[in-house]
Amino acid sequence: MPIYSKEEAQALLKKVLSYSKADECEVSLRGNDGGNIRTALNAVSTAGDISTVGLAVSSVFGKKTGTATINEFDDASLEKVVRRSEELAQLAPENPETMPMLGPQKFEDSIQYNAKTAAMTPESRAEMIGKAFDVTKAANLQAAGFLENTTRFTAVMNSKGLFAYDKSTDVIYSVTTRNAAGTVSGYAARGFTDVSKLDTASATKIASQKALSSANAKAIEPGKYTVILEPVAGVYMLENMFRFDARSAEEGRSFLSKKGGGTRLGEKLMDEKVNIYSDPFNTELPGPTWSNEGQRLERTDWIKEGVVKNLSYSRYWAQKKGVQPVPGPSNIIMDGGTTSLEEMIKSTERGILVSRLWYIRMVDPQSLLLTGLTRDGTFYIENGKIMFPVKNFRFNESPVIMLNNVEALGKPERTISVESYRSYLIPPMKIRDFTFTSLSDAV
Amino acid sequence: MRRRDFIYLSGLGAGSAMIANSAFGKSIYQEQLLTTIDIRAKKELADVALNTAKAKGASYADIRIGRYLNQAIVTRETRVLNVANSESFGVGIRVLADGCWGFAAGNTVTKEGVAKIAERAVAVAKANAKLGSKPVQLAPQKGFGEVSWKTPIEKNAFEVPIKEKIDLLLTANGEAIKLGANFVNSTIFSINEQKYFASTDGSYIDQDIHRLYPNFQVTKIDRDLGAFETRAALSSPVGMGYEYLTPSESEKVQGVVTRYKNRYDMIEDIKNATKNATEKVAAKSVEPGKYDLVLDPSHLWLTIHESVAHPTELDRVLGYEANYAGTSFLSLEKLKSGNFHFGSKNMNIVADKLQAGSLGAVGYDDEGVKCGKWDLVKDGVLVNFQAIRDQAHMIGLDHSQGCCYAQSWDDVQFQRMPNVSLQPGKEKLSVDDMIKNVEKGIYIVGNGSFSIDQQRYNFQFGGQLFYEIKNGKIVGMLNDVAYQATNQEFWNSLTAVCDQSDYRLGGAFNDGKGQPSQSNAVSHGSSTARFNGVNVINTKRKIG
Repeated sequence: MPIYSKEEAQALLKKVLSYSKADECEVSLRGNDGGNIRTALNAVSTAGDISTVGLAVSSVFGKKTGTATINEFDDASLEKVVRRSEELAQLAPENPETMPMLGPQKFEDSIQYNAKTAAMTPESRAEMIGKAFDVTKAANLQAAGFLENTTRFTAVMNSKGLFAYDKSTDVIYSVTTRNAAGTVSGYAARGFTDVSKLDTASATKIASQKALSSANAKAIEPGKYTVILEPVAGVYMLENMFRFDARSAEEGRSFLSKKGGGTRLGEKLMDEKVNIYSDPFNTELPGPTWSNEGQRLERTDWIKEGVVKNLSYSRYWAQKKGVQPVPGPSNIIMDGGTTSLEEMIKSTERGILVSRLWYIRMVDPQSLLLTGLTRDGTFYIENGKIMFPVKNFRFNESPVIMLNNVEALGKPERTISVESYRSYLIPPMKIRDFTFTSLSDAV
Repeated sequence: MRRRDFIYLSGLGAGSAMIANSAFGKSIYQEQLLTTIDIRAKKELADVALNTAKAKGASYADIRIGRYLNQAIVTRETRVLNVANSESFGVGIRVLADGCWGFAAGNTVTKEGVAKIAERAVAVAKANAKLGSKPVQLAPQKGFGEVSWKTPIEKNAFEVPIKEKIDLLLTANGEAIKLGANFVNSTIFSINEQKYFASTDGSYIDQDIHRLYPNFQVTKIDRDLGAFETRAALSSPVGMGYEYLTPSESEKVQGVVTRYKNRYDMIEDIKNATKNATEKVAAKSVEPGKYDLVLDPSHLWLTIHESVAHPTELDRVLGYEANYAGTSFLSLEKLKSGNFHFGSKNMNIVADKLQAGSLGAVGYDDEGVKCGKWDLVKDGVLVNFQAIRDQAHMIGLDHSQGCCYAQSWDDVQFQRMPNVSLQPGKEKLSVDDMIKNVEKGIYIVGNGSFSIDQQRYNFQFGGQLFYEIKNGKIVGMLNDVAYQATNQEFWNSLTAVCDQSDYRLGGAFNDGKGQPSQSNAVSHGSSTARFNGVNVINTKRKIG
């Protein structure tokens, strides 16, 4: 039984806490249940079905903490794991950053769980993949894709009276469509809480259209271009920026550090169209309602009208700095605008439409300079029209510079990062002066 | 640690960090690190799984009973941030049924538990077989009976008291602070994979694999300039025991900065790193243009990894990674032609799953194939790929090359790279002699940022330390350096490789690939090598 209900989890955690003799004790229980199918060349390559559940106990004596875990839940095992954590705490070095545990908090139930997603089976996954294959076979293309569903729960209780429970589901699907000769390629990615919103056939159709349109790509000179980043491209770029950590900024080793000391909190770093925030109750992208440190999560603005509005402060760092703690982002939502993708193209004199970015790595953490490449559908725009597909580019660009050069934003869409598989709500973006530094022959 | 765990997003996925050390699995008590599971019990469990799978209709089945031990010690300046002993124990069962693969995993390691997991694996295979894919074709593999293999370590890292490791790290941090570092963190990761593999071919393989990775980062901040620079350790992750952390003068490579072979001196390196970070803040920003690059093995390993080891993976060549890590500019046709020139005649690349001290060294892979060594590129010409059992026939092999690996028991095994290395030059050539002949060049030490396209053509690499070479002499330090090249052009510009005396291993502790993404640890060796006329860009930018 990897997924416990709130009541089942509460009963078990209470029992574990009753064995504690430490100054403070925290018990966590979590489980995962899910499966996946991976495909290539219009066939299944691997598929799996995985379930796990585990319990962790942290005991604290003064500033000394010890943690032990177990996955056997009889009374003797539960008491044993508590004793173990206490022994470990006594052996541990003191950590001056240890904070007292929080007492009772009020958390609203999150809206991250969907029963239909939780009920997915190997058969239903195979059926969804079959629909994708129908599309690619009809288009004489080959699908390489990945479908994964996960149901998870986490519950925590401590000796100060805190209790929190969360249950969530996720399903993600991504597909790359190529021809047998390997001369064209297209991509689509989707992520949802509710599997009934996932249409593998329509996503695969978009990837197939991209692939078919990408034939005979021409080489054009690298340089500074206006780019239109579709959400799946934009999110991978921005994901590397979502570290609004006060401590590293105050220590002088972040892009949010200020020359001469201090942070850039309150400074206008980006275009005023840029609003980035977290909100656990966004229906398109629900998030957890409590943080790693047992704090209530609420809507938090990170960038508002281009100004750095909040930095995250851990409880330890907040106490040291004499400010209120601010939990880090629970999810990331970027406001959009009203410009459609078509309108963005129409208003572009000379630019590049980017479907996907790839292999983004940090070059310079001070300016947040990133490098990476375009992939799976890159198109040249001239005088408001897509003229032809172009060969891929390598870029060297900072997301901070990029968000200073925003020309237009579209309607936000839930999308997944192609590398971390995290979901975000991000608009398509039209950006001027995006720096491409070289060409790639890769398809 | 999986790639997705590396993507730091404070607070995202709330709750996950409440279970301490969640990225590694469950935390355990120190004494448990030194216990092992009775091999007879594992064989009994394996037989239950294999028999159940066969009874349910599997034509082939294998089981991996894995116990993965990890220890992470993390310090920052004068504080210990975390000591995490963790264990992940469970069973992964892979079956072939109706010509299709199925996999299931769980941590109920009882006879009843593994029987249920085997049934689930067969159910997954049968559900997917309805999609009508071409049946899997497995290269034959003889059963080895009951055999075992162990990493040849001198000192088990898990037997070294935690206090000794903490003392080393805090002493190292202290040296950095004394020399003016503004920020320093240091870590020691130790890994022990206790893997038991059994298959319906008749193999029962018990392996005990050890890896170690000491590392640090020193940061120097100039608040007035609003600038900061970092230098990471010049250590390498290794397939060795704690003996790697016993300094030895004979294993040091002296030069503009000291580098290390089979033994590492963390205290000496962190002192040098602090000086280097300070120098980097004031170093001259590079003038972009063409340079001859002299690449130290502590840097070149990563270029080999990305530009040679990945493109020669057969699953990429065939398109199995197309949705994620990409395909390859290499093809079956290029291999079959027998005359595809990957690089200059100085380029000799060898795959070796048995290389001593390497991260990828094992006796048998994760589908029961005995490991070995083979050429990938000979005198610049592509001569082979890396294959597993269900791919071998595609390149005309009657056997697998033993390249199958899963990061843990709950991940399905698939094709991963072996240790892939550039062979040293045959003629005597020292680093000093190589530099003497360079008119306008840059000597790069240590690996920095890295990025390569999805077919492995266009790449960009940074580094830790960049030294300007003018008329045969190192004249000072440079900053903001990255080089861009296309793969074949770069390897065709390889004009010289130092001899065996300079040969060293570098390595990737967490190389990500696959969906769901998995990590693999692998080493890459080389001697210092020279590449002529490579395009260097300046990476300095200003924000706000």
